[in-house]
Order: sequence, then structure tokens, then C-alpha cells
Amino acid sequence: MTEEEWTAVRLSLLVAITATAASLPIGIATAWLLARRQFWGKGLLDTIVHLPLIMPPVVTGYLLLILFGKRGPIGSFLDQAFGIVLAFRWTGAALACAVMGFPLMVRAIRLSIESVDTRLENAAGTLGANPFWVFATITLPLCLPGVIAGAILCFAKAMGEFGATITFVSNIPGETQTLPSAIYTFTQIPGGDAGALRLTAVSIAISMAALLGSEFLARRIGARRLAA
Amino acid sequence: MSLDIDIEHVRGTFRLAARFTAQPGVTALFGRSGSGKSSLIDIVAGLIRPRRGEVTVDGQTLVDTDRGVFVPSHRRRIGYVFQDSRLFPHLSVRQNLLYGRWFSRGEGGAAGDFGSIVDLLGIAALVERKPDSLSGGEKQRVAIGRALLARPRLLLMDEPLAALDEARRAEILPYIERLRDGTGVPILYVSHSVAEVARLATTVVILSEGKVTAVGPVLDILPLAEASDGGSALEAVVASHDETFQLTTLASVAGELQVPRLAAVVGSTVRAYIRSRDVMLSLQPPQEISALNVLAGKVATISDGGAQADVRLDCNGAAVMARLTTKSVQRLALAPGRPVFAVIKSVSFERS
Repeated sequence: MTEEEWTAVRLSLLVAITATAASLPIGIATAWLLARRQFWGKGLLDTIVHLPLIMPPVVTGYLLLILFGKRGPIGSFLDQAFGIVLAFRWTGAALACAVMGFPLMVRAIRLSIESVDTRLENAAGTLGANPFWVFATITLPLCLPGVIAGAILCFAKAMGEFGATITFVSNIPGETQTLPSAIYTFTQIPGGDAGALRLTAVSIAISMAALLGSEFLARRIGARRLAA
Repeated sequence: MSLDIDIEHVRGTFRLAARFTAQPGVTALFGRSGSGKSSLIDIVAGLIRPRRGEVTVDGQTLVDTDRGVFVPSHRRRIGYVFQDSRLFPHLSVRQNLLYGRWFSRGEGGAAGDFGSIVDLLGIAALVERKPDSLSGGEKQRVAIGRALLARPRLLLMDEPLAALDEARRAEILPYIERLRDGTGVPILYVSHSVAEVARLATTVVILSEGKVTAVGPVLDILPLAEASDGGSALEAVVASHDETFQLTTLASVAGELQVPRLAAVVGSTVRAYIRSRDVMLSLQPPQEISALNVLAGKVATISDGGAQADVRLDCNGAAVMARLTTKSVQRLALAPGRPVFAVIKSVSFERS
């Protein structure tokens, strides 16, 4: 593999891990709100979370460009206030991947929170645990397999994200050229088949490793729970 | 400890309106299923917010809808033992037991240390196991220990024995008695079993269709309870043991009773529970019958309920209930004031 190909692999892993890690706390909080709380605008929040799943990725990417671009309302604020620039940077790629993976993550976590018995949470409350501790010591440990599943789904989506990423941050080698973008580039040049195949193999290997890793974690949690 | 409740709550078409004061000891909330018992203790625990009213424990207002006071359940320090033990499946028995203690650090309240409560409940051998591997009775004992170790100032028990079979119940009842006598934590105990209430309770609150219909000491209130397994409780003192026939003689205000040998010392007090369907009535002193126990008394009241009638007897001041067919009531021409003899076929005696 060439140095350029390794760069794309490393960048993809960085983008996907950043996207997953950054969206996990927000994803858990959103899933908990949707699963356990009744509030005004809940339906709207649910819809917004799910939008990237049903919109064409290019549309999501374009909306991100409008909002987070250097002259966009959020982008210009971040630039002037904190000097953070997302457009055409790897951080922008991470944002695009996080937005695309978010609905998958929230769905998985929400389902697993809903499966946790609220009667156990009530019992923890009568033992003196406030709502935060009830969540941290009862709800979260019991829905952990769902959290892991959600994180893996988000990571996998981020590894494969193409449309929103290329629209928002383009395809700059070394900065925003992730695995899918690199494969796409190879297919556009004569004699690029070998490179495209090598990156495809790497892509499959990473996806399988992620899946096996999540299975292993889920089984360990299950085993620990059943241990006498 | 005192617990004052005066609440109204509406859920669907069900209306709950209850007002009573619980004294130290075991206060039993007694009634059929659907009478509002569980809703009432959920309100005390803070799991349900009542539509209107006040709940006060030891002078601290937990709920006052007029003033907008509602203390959330985690700040009430009220222990709750649920019918389904609700142990945390991902934690060991030890972690379950210590869960509440971690949040109540530095606060007073009753309950002893870990070792003495584990001993009291006989669960020392279980602490390293997971809840999944426990039997129903073991789970309930752990749940009781978990609630106690959170240092509650009041313990709520919502039919803690209902999900268990007879053998498991017999296994747990002594532990609840030890709790009542040993820890000093007042208990609000929900039950629809007269036998449990007779054995455990100090005070009884009878709920019927969301309303409190009677409140008072167990011996006075229990004979009034309308229940399918109705009966009466008698307080008695162990007078002597007969080793030849393995019998124990008890003295009560209603008269002497002979029962299978009890493991209680002479002079100790026991509470006897007599199911109303185990009582026959006779107008003459019965002779040459197998039953050992015959009490003389007078008919106090007769409640007419179709084919069956509950006859309340006054045996020298103590109430004894008998369930007869309406036909028998007519045949014997029973009426208030008529002297009768109660033949008691079987008695369950519990230490009190």
C-alpha cells in the first residue's frame, strides 16, 4: 500500500472514532430523553434526529455547508469566537459522519433504555439515589449492550460515509480524503483498480473487526451479569 | 414515629380517599385487591403524586398539595420492599444490599450494621451470589435487607409474601417478626391475607374500594374484616405443656385452648388466629366429640351474605368469628344475645 493509501486509512479511523466518541454522550442523553421523558416538542426532536437517515446524504452535506461553512451562521460564529473552522477540515468530516451516524446510534440506545424495567429505577429511587445516580448505576449498566451496539453502528456508518462528507468538506488528500473518498478517486483514474481493491479489502477488514469487537464486548457483559 | 396520611387520588374511574395515622409497630393496610392499598403506599413512597392532600412523617411534610410541597422519593428515606423483590440484576447480592447505604451515608435513622442485618435475615451465605441464582424467598429476604440498610425511618412492604408459596412464606414470616421486634423501624404492611395481618400487625387499617372503613388495634379490627378467609385473633398466654400428648394449654379471656405442642416458654404471650370456617356452633355444650376446644359465648352480630353468614361471637369480651350457612343460622334460630358454644376445629398459633 502506498503512503497516500495509509493516510486515507488513518484519517478514516480518526474521523470515525472522533465522530463516535463525540456523539456518544449526546446520543445517550437524547435517547434517554426520548425513552423516559415527556416534554413539549418531543415529536419534533425525534424527527430532527431521524432526518439524516431519510434525507439524501448530499442534502445533509449541503445543509452542513450552509450552516457550518465559513460564512454560515454557525460556522462564522465558531470561527470568530473560538477560531474553529470545520469546512474542508478533517473535523468537518467528523461532524458530517457524526450527524449521519447519530440516528442509528440514538435508535439502538433508545430501544435498550426502553427495555430497562422502570420499576428497578423506582426501587433505586426509594433507596436514596437521585435521578442522575439512578441513571448512572441502574439504567446505564443495564442498557450497556445497546449503547455498544449504537456506538458500533455509528462507527460503521462513519467509516462508510461518503455523500455528506464529500459535499461538506470535499475530497482533499491528507485532510478530508477518507477511505470511501479515496476509493472513489481511484475509480476515476486509469489504472486505479489495484488501489481501489486494496482499500476495499482494508475497509472490509475494519468493518469485520468492529463487528467482532462489539460481539465480544456484548458477550462479556452478558457473561458478567450471569456469573454467580 | 408517626405517619399521618390525608389524601385523595383519582386514577381513571378509581377514587382513593384515605385519612389515618399510623402508630409505631406494624400497621397493616388490609383489603381486597383493587381496594387502593398499593396506590396508597406508592403515595407514601413518593412514586405517585396524589391529586390532593398531605403526607407527614415525624412532623416532616412529604406531600402538601395546597402548599405545593412534594419531596421526591430519593429524599424521603422511606424503605420499600416490593412484591416482586426488584433486586438489581447486574449487581451482586452484597452490592444490592449496600446500594442504599451509599446514598444515606452520614444520616441517622434506624437499622444496624451490615453484619447484624445479614444475620437477622439469614442471608450471609448468599452475599457473593447474583440475584438470578436466588430462590423467591431468598430474593425477598435480600430485598428486605437492602431496604433496611438504607437506614429508613419507615419501612413499606407491599405484599412481600404474595408471590411466594406457603413454604416460602413460612420461611420469611419469622424474619419480618424479628424485624418488627428487633429493629424498631415502623412498618406499613400491605396485605390481603388475614393470617399474615393477624400474625404481624399492631394496628390495622381496612381499605375498601378506596376508602378507609376501619382503623384500630388488630384484635378489635380483624373480626370486622370482610374477607374470603376471614377469621379472628385471640391473645393468649402459654399456661402449661403436656408432654405425654404433646399439647400446650393456653389461657385467654375467652377460655382455655389446647393446641399441638408449641415451642414457647410458659408465661409467654402468643396470638392465635382462628379462621371463621373452622368454627362450628352448638346450642348445647357438646359432649363426646373429637374437638378439644370449645368456647362459650353469645352471638353478637350476624352478617347476612346470601347462602353464607358470618356470626360474630362475644366470648367473655373476645371476638370469635364463625362462618355458617344461612340454613344453619335459621335452624339454630341464632340471633344476637343467644348463648352458644363454639367448637374450634383448628387453630393456628403464632408467637406475638
